[in-house]
Amino acid sequence: MIGEGILSSNQKPHKHVQEEVPVGFFTDPTVCIGCKACEVACKEWNNVPAEVNPWTGHSYDNTLSLGASTWRHVLFLEEAKPRGPQIAGPMGNGNGQDPFRWVFLSDVCKHCEVAGCLESCPTGAIMRTETQSVYVQDDVCNGCGYCVVSCPFGVIDRRENTAPGKGGAFKCTFCYDRQISGLTPACAKACPTESIRFGPLKDLQVEGRKRVQELRAQSYQDAQLYDPTETSVRGIHAFFLLLGRPENYRLPPRPEVPTIYLAAAYGSVVATALLALAFVLCVFAFL
Amino acid sequence: MNDRFEKRLDDLREEARNKGGVTAAGVKPVGGPIPAQLGAPEAMLGTGYYGLPFLKPPVWKWMIAVYFFIGGLAGMSGLIAVAALMKGQYQMVRVAMWSAGMGGILSPVLLTWDLGRPTRFLNMLRVFKYQSPMSVGSWIVSAFGACAVPGLGFVEWHWQNMQGGQLTPAVQIIAAILVIGSGMAGIFLATYTGALIAVTAVPAWNLHRVLLPFHFGMAGLGSASAMVELAGFRQPALNVIGLFAASAQVLVMLYLELRKHGAADRALHEGKSGWVLRIGEALEGPLALALRAAGLVPEAAIAFLLGALISRFGWLSAGTACANDPEAVLASQCGDKRLAESRFPHALEPATASSQQSRSSLPRKNTKEHKA
Repeated sequence: MIGEGILSSNQKPHKHVQEEVPVGFFTDPTVCIGCKACEVACKEWNNVPAEVNPWTGHSYDNTLSLGASTWRHVLFLEEAKPRGPQIAGPMGNGNGQDPFRWVFLSDVCKHCEVAGCLESCPTGAIMRTETQSVYVQDDVCNGCGYCVVSCPFGVIDRRENTAPGKGGAFKCTFCYDRQISGLTPACAKACPTESIRFGPLKDLQVEGRKRVQELRAQSYQDAQLYDPTETSVRGIHAFFLLLGRPENYRLPPRPEVPTIYLAAAYGSVVATALLALAFVLCVFAFL
Repeated sequence: MNDRFEKRLDDLREEARNKGGVTAAGVKPVGGPIPAQLGAPEAMLGTGYYGLPFLKPPVWKWMIAVYFFIGGLAGMSGLIAVAALMKGQYQMVRVAMWSAGMGGILSPVLLTWDLGRPTRFLNMLRVFKYQSPMSVGSWIVSAFGACAVPGLGFVEWHWQNMQGGQLTPAVQIIAAILVIGSGMAGIFLATYTGALIAVTAVPAWNLHRVLLPFHFGMAGLGSASAMVELAGFRQPALNVIGLFAASAQVLVMLYLELRKHGAADRALHEGKSGWVLRIGEALEGPLALALRAAGLVPEAAIAFLLGALISRFGWLSAGTACANDPEAVLASQCGDKRLAESRFPHALEPATASSQQSRSSLPRKNTKEHKA
């Protein structure tokens, strides 16, 4: 992981697109330093328009959320939760524990195994690439906005009145253009601590599990992987290591892909339509 | 000012010298990296992320709510036209087809208007995806428009010919086929909009996935019949349809008032969106029913139409309110119990008694002393 230098999967050229290898991001907040280089690298590479954000007062997070023009977002978490000997010295409260902890996590589109946005897209603009990432074809999207309410993670959004790409839906592209050329996505490439790891999904999952074991051995008892494989999303390609509950990182604890509601909704549509048909014809026939 | 800081530091130094450590909390600048709640860990347990929402609110504007209303009205007008055709009431066929045909034109206009890139509206017909109600709906709107708009033309043509005493069988047959086509597409046009918002990640909508198509379909049926009545038709069949639709809305309203989903769909009951929805429901449900029972047919029809329009706005704004409410999303995924133990202190909703208590128990004495 850290210290692998040019041998790291973040640095090596690859052929994942050509070989159709499912790839992923593994984002590890325990080594994130909150520098926001990923946000900057993403904006620069993808030519994403700037957004003027207020000074929020929410720690150092003035980006607030992922959206049409924010594809990486560093969360700054402040918790007054004693948890292991993270900071030694005068900051401690005397019993060897920290009085608080400050965690940073770079959030990104999850590239779901079953993606709400992709399922819902009526134009077929949203597609799955060779590496199983979810990609919005900007030249097809007509900006209907259905993906916005279909994403269980609140990631994708429609760009309003902001050139370029006004009116279309935008989200992380997984730097598909870079990946075709064998390059690492801009955010992972720019990450100075390899908090963002890019590579084949299977390798990253093994790495993630190892990292959780490591952290638990170091008394971070609430370390866990966030990869909702047990829900209808069936896993995410950009998964995270978390200290504590997912909702503290604004990650839904049980995300569900909206297509699970299809059967009930369509059933009700057909039943209501037939009820109306039968009722109106009978009423007109007999009255 | 500096003297006060120096004095505070001197006090701390003295405390450290005497006790071998400092127990008092230090200076806590507002908005600094160290939370002001320091020392009261329970206040920060499971706080969510600054009360920011999990979901993105819908980007749809008023056009979509109006479309839900117009689509329901037009779709079910197609069905009324079929029934009237069956009965041989050509004048009523004509009136209902005017509703259907105008709706068949207005619906795609409203939908296209709301698109982020309106010039690409035809991309909707690039693919057919059964798993996307928006895609299915685009095809339904297209099929309905393709039947209702020329259908209106042929019905009018036929009507003009009848007035002139000449009957052309070909026109009559084509008109009949198009009317039946509008009716068949129409019953799905009026109901699919419920599925459209139900098959989303917004809890206030998806929790009512069975209710919504029924609710919207019945609202459409009542609106279509009300429209025909406002055009001057009075007959028991229309009155029975009106009673049926209004009773259905009363049931919907009663069901919603049960609040069986707790905090997850509270946007339907509380706040501005809750009231818009409730007013719409009251107009198209109890009020329309009462007016109709009292024999005030046009008043009942107007109340129903107004209610059907307002409740569509209510549903749309409830979706926005719900998506912006992190506690509702958490409640829908983990239940109210989990929500109670991890209430967001920063959320826009008024704080509960328990969270106020934990806030007031914070050790702010030192900060106050310092500021004074």
